[in-house]
Amino acid sequence: MAGTEVSAAAPVSAAPPVRRRSGRTRLQAFYPLLIGLPAIAIVLVAQGYPLVRQFVMSFQEFGLAQQFGQDAPWVWFDNYTRVLSDADFWAVFARSIVFCAVVAGLTMVIGVLTAWLLTGVRTWARVAVQSAMLLAWATPHLSSLTVWQWLFNPSSGVVNAVLVGLGLEGFDNHAWLLDPLSFFVIAGAVIAWGSVPLVLFLTYAAMTQVDTSLYEAAQLDGAGPLQRFRHITIPGIATVLMLVATLQIIWDLRVFTQISVLQTAGGISSETNVLGTYVYQIGLGQGEYGQGAAVATIMLLLTLLLTGLYVRQLVRQGDDA
Amino acid sequence: MATSSTTAPSSGTAAGPAGPRRRRQPTSRLLGRGARNIGALLLALLWVFPIYWMVNSSLQPDEVLYGSEPQFWPSPFTGDNYTRIIGDSSFWAAMRMSVIATALAVAMALVSAVLAAAAISRFKFRGKGPVVLTILVIQMIPAEALFISQFRMLDGWGLINSVLGLSVLYAGASVPITIWMLKGFVDGIPYELEEAGQIDGCSKLGAFLRITLPLLAPGIVASGVFALLSAWNEYVLALVVLQRESAATLPLWLARYNTSFEATDWGGLMAASALVAIPVIIVFLFVQNKMANGLTAGAVKG
Repeated sequence: MAGTEVSAAAPVSAAPPVRRRSGRTRLQAFYPLLIGLPAIAIVLVAQGYPLVRQFVMSFQEFGLAQQFGQDAPWVWFDNYTRVLSDADFWAVFARSIVFCAVVAGLTMVIGVLTAWLLTGVRTWARVAVQSAMLLAWATPHLSSLTVWQWLFNPSSGVVNAVLVGLGLEGFDNHAWLLDPLSFFVIAGAVIAWGSVPLVLFLTYAAMTQVDTSLYEAAQLDGAGPLQRFRHITIPGIATVLMLVATLQIIWDLRVFTQISVLQTAGGISSETNVLGTYVYQIGLGQGEYGQGAAVATIMLLLTLLLTGLYVRQLVRQGDDA
Repeated sequence: MATSSTTAPSSGTAAGPAGPRRRRQPTSRLLGRGARNIGALLLALLWVFPIYWMVNSSLQPDEVLYGSEPQFWPSPFTGDNYTRIIGDSSFWAAMRMSVIATALAVAMALVSAVLAAAAISRFKFRGKGPVVLTILVIQMIPAEALFISQFRMLDGWGLINSVLGLSVLYAGASVPITIWMLKGFVDGIPYELEEAGQIDGCSKLGAFLRITLPLLAPGIVASGVFALLSAWNEYVLALVVLQRESAATLPLWLARYNTSFEATDWGGLMAASALVAIPVIIVFLFVQNKMANGLTAGAVKG
């Protein structure tokens, strides 16, 4: 991709600039900025300004009084110290990290193992898995969330009915969302169900690109399927794995929709908040905009830290090309 | 994606035509092909079950739905759940809002992103590296970390509960990724074509508009659909911006419908979930191949 850019740009920079420099150099220097302007404007309004405003707000006393027009006094790091000395925040922080690690890890393991499984099945089986995964991938989050709530409905849900049918009488009218642990099991299951397909499709595509002769050579040397998977497949798709894993971590760390919807469906929010829903609760729920902004800034820094890995990976690949 | 991967294995790994021959070799005995096929089938069933259950439940009458035993097939079949949702004016109000917000957001994002992608791909300018890096980083800013000030900004402009305010936020959220995808597509169109046009008397912009833009159509469709799907499915910003009960996009409407009755109308919810999902699934199936390619164009070589 960057390769085509270089090859396309090279002849331009070699010959035409001589022609260009003659008259309209100044104007041409502004061309990219000029045609990029609409995009810059939209991003500045929707993301740039709110980002700066929120960063400023995190250093101000900004509560309900300020919302009704009072000046917002500067309190510098007060919001941060208040947040960071709050046990609630640390519980939410730890919960978010653990939840993200478990769900992202599980998604990666299931996705990669499924991709590997697909490399050795008949066409009908592969098409069946790919079709099912495609459907799950395309289903809007709110649709799938609604269905999963119905699956795990205490009184008429199919999961409880099947479990009772298997002789586990304790699951009769069992309310899954009330207990924080099973709340997160369901939230994690919905998220993994929806994100395994992307992992599967990307890693499977990468696996089919691995050089076949490597497998043949390994087989001649007596390597079994597991050894071939470990020593050829995994290194062969390492770059893709890194990228996909980073994306999963970023997405699962900032999860909001699934948690928020399941909370209104019966979860106890004080025991099931993650960073995103915590920001919402403090900021928009309680009107403590300053503190909410501080938590959001901390969350943003955490995401950027992880994003740094992803961006470095992308930039490095651009350099290779 | 699926199409590309169905053709790929023959040239790729141990799968495909080469597979059956290898099955007889001793090293593959560990996990026989039969076991793998069955495993794959179970996995497919597991993944499709929630969707099957949504459709199955949406076609059952209440007395079966809340009966003592779950029915795995809609044998007393009914379309009542669908007629109830389709007859609900709030569903159509939400549909209208979703369609308008999505259309506005996609239009804004596409027009601005095509121009920006052209600028990045076709011009050499100082600070280009940082610009591309900024696009990548902005794309990663979570909506969850910005919505407080986005809410306050729209509130200050009187745009809370407004579809315009919502679509500006949607456009802002999808512009970076749209530029990123389109840049990949523009890079794929040889610049020599535009140069030829310029020699024939087109201006630089004219050459881009007349030669590259038509060739870019598949890329525009793919990235447009990507922006369309993310706006159609969006929930967080809708929840923040649309505070009034009467204003809702489809995802928000679905969440509110769930809690608006004392006893949840599960049949109706399943029908509504299916109605929200069907357009997305249809569009998705048509373009998923190009979309996945576009997404990975910059990220994954090969």
